[in-house]
Amino acid sequence: MGLTYQSTGTAAFREEAFNFSADDKQPVIALAGNPNTGKSTLFNLLTGLRQHTGNWPGKTVLQSKGSFIHQGIKYTVVDLPGTYSLLANSIEEQVARDFICFAKPDVTVVVVDATCLERNLNFVLQVMEITNKVVVCVNLIDEARRKKIQVHTDKLRKMLGVPVASTAANIGEGIPKLLDLVSKVVFDKLKPKPVQIKYDKEIEEAVSKLEPKVIEALGSELNSRWVALRLLEGDTTLIQSLENYYGKQHLQTLQEVLA
Amino acid sequence: MNSDNSMSSLLKEAQGIIGPQQGQMRDRIVNSIYQTAESIAASTVSTSGKVDWDRKIDKIITSKIWGFPIMLALLTVVLWITITGANVPSSLLAEGLFWIEAKLTDFFMAVNASEWLHGFLVLGVYRGLAWVVSVMLPPMAIFFPLFTLLEDLGYLPRVAFNLDRFFKGAGAHGKQALTMSMGFGCNAAGVIACRIIESPRERLIATLTNAFVPCNGRFPTLIALATIFISGSVAVTFKSAAATLTVAGLVVVGIAITLLVSFLLTKTLLRGIPSSFTLELPPYRKPQVGQVLIRSVLDRTIFVLARAMIIAAPAGGIVWILANTMIGDTSILALVAGWLDPFARHMGLDGFILMAFICGLPANEIVFPILIMSYVSGGAMMELDSLKALRQLLVEQHGWTWLTALCTTLFVLCHWPCGTTLFTIQREQKSWYWMFMAALIPTLVGIVLCIAVNYLVRGLGLV
Repeated sequence: MGLTYQSTGTAAFREEAFNFSADDKQPVIALAGNPNTGKSTLFNLLTGLRQHTGNWPGKTVLQSKGSFIHQGIKYTVVDLPGTYSLLANSIEEQVARDFICFAKPDVTVVVVDATCLERNLNFVLQVMEITNKVVVCVNLIDEARRKKIQVHTDKLRKMLGVPVASTAANIGEGIPKLLDLVSKVVFDKLKPKPVQIKYDKEIEEAVSKLEPKVIEALGSELNSRWVALRLLEGDTTLIQSLENYYGKQHLQTLQEVLA
Repeated sequence: MNSDNSMSSLLKEAQGIIGPQQGQMRDRIVNSIYQTAESIAASTVSTSGKVDWDRKIDKIITSKIWGFPIMLALLTVVLWITITGANVPSSLLAEGLFWIEAKLTDFFMAVNASEWLHGFLVLGVYRGLAWVVSVMLPPMAIFFPLFTLLEDLGYLPRVAFNLDRFFKGAGAHGKQALTMSMGFGCNAAGVIACRIIESPRERLIATLTNAFVPCNGRFPTLIALATIFISGSVAVTFKSAAATLTVAGLVVVGIAITLLVSFLLTKTLLRGIPSSFTLELPPYRKPQVGQVLIRSVLDRTIFVLARAMIIAAPAGGIVWILANTMIGDTSILALVAGWLDPFARHMGLDGFILMAFICGLPANEIVFPILIMSYVSGGAMMELDSLKALRQLLVEQHGWTWLTALCTTLFVLCHWPCGTTLFTIQREQKSWYWMFMAALIPTLVGIVLCIAVNYLVRGLGLV
């Protein structure tokens, strides 16, 4: 199909590629994160839906969608399958990556487990490479407190360059603050400036050579640095997804740019 | 020119820039990400005097010595609570519902309703509902919340961890233990859970063998049969304990069959080597007990009632019609049962039992109710408001022995999964062939097993 993101706008593109209903013009919030960090609990809390949440990694295999109202504005929220990375090693990882990358949620809330922050940060960093519109939700702080683990959210916010809220979604703690941050990012009252990962010299040099060509080809639709990195590691799944979501027509215009 | 070229030219460009070491790029990129994460975590997280209880508990729960006894003990406890807990509500519901039936009959008499209308609505539709609600609902409404609690606690991945080496040994994926555990709740859910297995071959094995785990809809039948047949031979005090152990034993048999069939599949239809994986043991979490109990008891009750309305009630009506439509001087029901009977006898069953299984395709919950109804309908009316009366019906009027009960429970454990599960398998695998195989494999296993047990026991002269 010939619909492209630019020509018809985000809403129509989401409708075609990700099954959003046509009148869904509301801001879209994606919940992403490692498995078993409480995304579904948060999702249920926000939407009032009652998906069963289990305590094992991989419980959410379908992405599910709901909506909630915050300060008079209706938001659509999507619960993505939990993954350890966005490197498209599995179908779930690809689903999560493609959603963040192509459906362009207005905010991606990365839910992290306060009791094992380090592993979760790997994922946060990968999301921040794709999109600026990130809010980090340090969840399960009640459990962290019990285990005497303290996460310094202020410092985390400064080091990551994105808003951070700490929550215990199972008891509803910290949710108003989280929603506040989310709405601020949606309406550009808060502009996250995610920290960039520094790669080794050779990679950085290669990226700076390739990035201009990516910009020439894709314009500003995708994060060019991120695409360049994927190309450098020879990630063919991304190219497949590009074709799936942007269609042949669009790639033909790319073609002309490159020729 | 086609569009593939534009992207592949970019890819080629990338290859040119990075040179022959592209293969190591991902590792180096991931490495940088990890280092960044590590340094950020190091300066934002502090811990004080942390005792890692999770690891300590895991050491015991997943230990080679204690892992299995603890698993069996938990299974037994859950089943015991289900069995003893279901007794009282079951008999209360039965008394209440059959009291209502009597009143309904009075009412139909009073308004001079025709006999077939009364038969169809009261003895068919209503009675079908009443049996599902009184016999099946209480165990389901107790077992499911308990199972959910264990799941929320984080115990299921530990089960997977314990069973991992067995599944590896069978050439299957270790996560199959997890999908199997989900199957206890519901086989359709277990089949959906198979998505966590990445390799298509191993996912298929897990899908095809999921039905060997008795789901929530089949447990009550196992429980009822165990209770009826154990209760006659043991003193009352040990009644539920003995029934519990029997059902727990059946579950273990189911797991053994799962492993065996998985092994056979990897040697025949689905050859390959097991892929390795890392199973993360999630932290133990305190389940939200109150919420889980209230919600899943209610959800289960509503779910079962809804299914009873949609499936059991019409099925009851149809069974009544079949039992009361005569061809010559026998009913259609008796004809079909008679036709199935010779084969069923080889399996240690009878025609009615096999027919009930076939009628139970839409939902396993209705197998036992349909069996009771087809035994009762047309025959002598009796008050069936207790398990003792059921025993009388089965043993005295239809010649059941403990061997009949054993073969029936084995067939409950090994036969085609319910319609919902089959539909789910078709949707997940996008293949009618594998859906058919998913029904065929457990059925063949069940038939072979029943025939073997039947002839073995009879051959040894134990009955």
